[in-house]
Amino acid sequence: MTTTADETTAAPEPSAESYLQIRSLCKDFDGITAVDQVNLDINKGELFAILGASGCGKSTLLRMLAGLETPTSGRIVLDSEDITDWPAYERPINMMFQSYALFPHMTVEKNIAYGLKKEKIEPDEIDQRVKNMLDLVQLKGFDKRKPNRLSGGEKQRVALARALIKNPKLLLLDEPLAALDKKLREQTQFELMNLQEELGVTFIVVTHDQEEAMTLATRIAVMNSGKFIQTGTPTEIYEYPSNRFVADFFGTINIFDARVINVTGRELTVEVDQSDIQMKAYSDKPVAIDDNVGIAVRPEKISISKQLQDGANITATKGVVEDLAYYGNYSIYRVKTESGQLVQVSAQNQTRSSDHVVEWEDEVYLSWEQNSSIVLVD
Amino acid sequence: MAIHQHRIGDLLWRRFVILLPYSWLLLFFLVPFAIVFKISFSDPIVAQPPFTALFDHSQNLLNRFQGSLNNYLFLLEDNLYWISYLRSIRVAGISTLLCLLLGYPVAYYIAQSPPTRRNLLLMLIILPFWTSFLLRVYAWMGILSTNGILNSALLWMGLIEEPLQMLYTDFAVYIGIVYTYLPFMILPLYANLERLDLEIHDAAADLGGKPLQVFWDITLPVSVPGIIAGSLLVFIPAMGEFVIPALLGGLDSLMIGRTLYDEFFVNRDWPLASAVATILLLILILPMMLFQRTQVSSTESNP
Repeated sequence: MTTTADETTAAPEPSAESYLQIRSLCKDFDGITAVDQVNLDINKGELFAILGASGCGKSTLLRMLAGLETPTSGRIVLDSEDITDWPAYERPINMMFQSYALFPHMTVEKNIAYGLKKEKIEPDEIDQRVKNMLDLVQLKGFDKRKPNRLSGGEKQRVALARALIKNPKLLLLDEPLAALDKKLREQTQFELMNLQEELGVTFIVVTHDQEEAMTLATRIAVMNSGKFIQTGTPTEIYEYPSNRFVADFFGTINIFDARVINVTGRELTVEVDQSDIQMKAYSDKPVAIDDNVGIAVRPEKISISKQLQDGANITATKGVVEDLAYYGNYSIYRVKTESGQLVQVSAQNQTRSSDHVVEWEDEVYLSWEQNSSIVLVD
Repeated sequence: MAIHQHRIGDLLWRRFVILLPYSWLLLFFLVPFAIVFKISFSDPIVAQPPFTALFDHSQNLLNRFQGSLNNYLFLLEDNLYWISYLRSIRVAGISTLLCLLLGYPVAYYIAQSPPTRRNLLLMLIILPFWTSFLLRVYAWMGILSTNGILNSALLWMGLIEEPLQMLYTDFAVYIGIVYTYLPFMILPLYANLERLDLEIHDAAADLGGKPLQVFWDITLPVSVPGIIAGSLLVFIPAMGEFVIPALLGGLDSLMIGRTLYDEFFVNRDWPLASAVATILLLILILPMMLFQRTQVSSTESNP
């Protein structure tokens, strides 16, 4: 169920017939490896996100797909054609640049028409397609404007229109929403998804924003120091992170460092370091007694209460509320456990009554389902 | 209250900063030009100063103005001035074109270099200014003369049988002007190309532009302001250039700067020289105004 493709067993799960195939792609810059043995399979019509911090190699990977950077080794196959050695101007791939890279001396209309002109398409057809495209990205009436007279959101849509008008087999988007303010970003995000669905073009989005990746993409690859750490659906990556990096990078998570004291099949019992707290968790990976592992729990999986909630398959621990932040619909608590670790808990505020409200310095019990615990072995 | 005072101080300071270049222009450009312009309507006399007064205060109000357009009419009559102007325009024009052809690749290369190398290269462009301009022109005389370095080298290599006459020809004038003014072309071009978002080249390639097309469609049009600025900085001083044609050019390579010099200092005909200078200024102001208009229209665009 989970696709935990780490760097050694980068076995892509779609078949060898997938639309885009990236095989052992590497890029070195003066001895520094920017992209390291990347394998990836993407199906036609997918909206795929590559997520990573700046400098992780995600932009280099994108530029290699566009043909703007030559791979050191590896192959790129798109729609059964090996395009690794094709120049950028011949690839059926278009890109939306982070800076938008609009041509400053051309009007919106000419910016959008540029790609078609290079294809030597009839002027009448160009006019028609530009008109349709302006309608599609809701820029009707902007055709004669120059880029310096456009707002950030308008520029973004021109850049998108300019890349989409060539009907690319693959559309690359480099941090498409990074330059927009929060409200516009949310709106544009949905527009982008609708557009992708409508046109059926295969999208690859590169982003450093995990929220953006999660809401936009059908599948995500988490990238770090040039390698794909994990590939999967947003749910898979959020609920079943394959290692500590992904767990930590993708959303908020509490990690208890612990030592394995008992293993029975999939179930293990661990003792949290510097305490005598014992927890039970399930692991799909082989674990032996005395191994050091991390037990990770998402804040929203933990329930907080003043009374001990007991039961089978429940892990519980005691602590004191150090900090709390009220957000209206939910609250975030920081609880110091007996081992001295701060645990973050988020809880929906389901009632208006203040009877059971947890306050600062309260002694509370934290409990969660045993299968909410993620065992991290590295 | 304190904030208010601060703002007033700020405003005064801003006014002062704006005023400074304006008063500079007024004092050292407009006032001298007004004097030259005034002299151009007088007649030459052997006296100190060597021209007649424009207003004769002993006359009645109607006849006070003593000026005439004689000097301008004379410029029209004598072919010498026409030839000088046209020659100057031609020499300055060709030199500007040569500077552009040589300077553009250099500026482009510097703009694309990594920042550390960029500074070194810019240093090298500016370095010649550290020596006297006159000295550098004399150095070219040494290189181009009949027994000069270039002829000796060509003879030694067996490429020529006898020395070429290079000094005191138009060839030498072009070399001198292009050599001297090339930095004035490179620097504004560099400033323009350096600010250029290199991603627009990638974008053009991504949309199907082949390298040469990308240059024609994107790089060149976007660098037009730099090209115009550099061309003006070369064309204007080259137009009035006096030293280079005087030292490197032949007797027949008459340029307006030389004519101007002769009228002022050899013939001591200040009024005529002033008329020559006024016409020269008009010739130079025209392309500058055109440049201003293109600048304005490129920053504005119809809504």
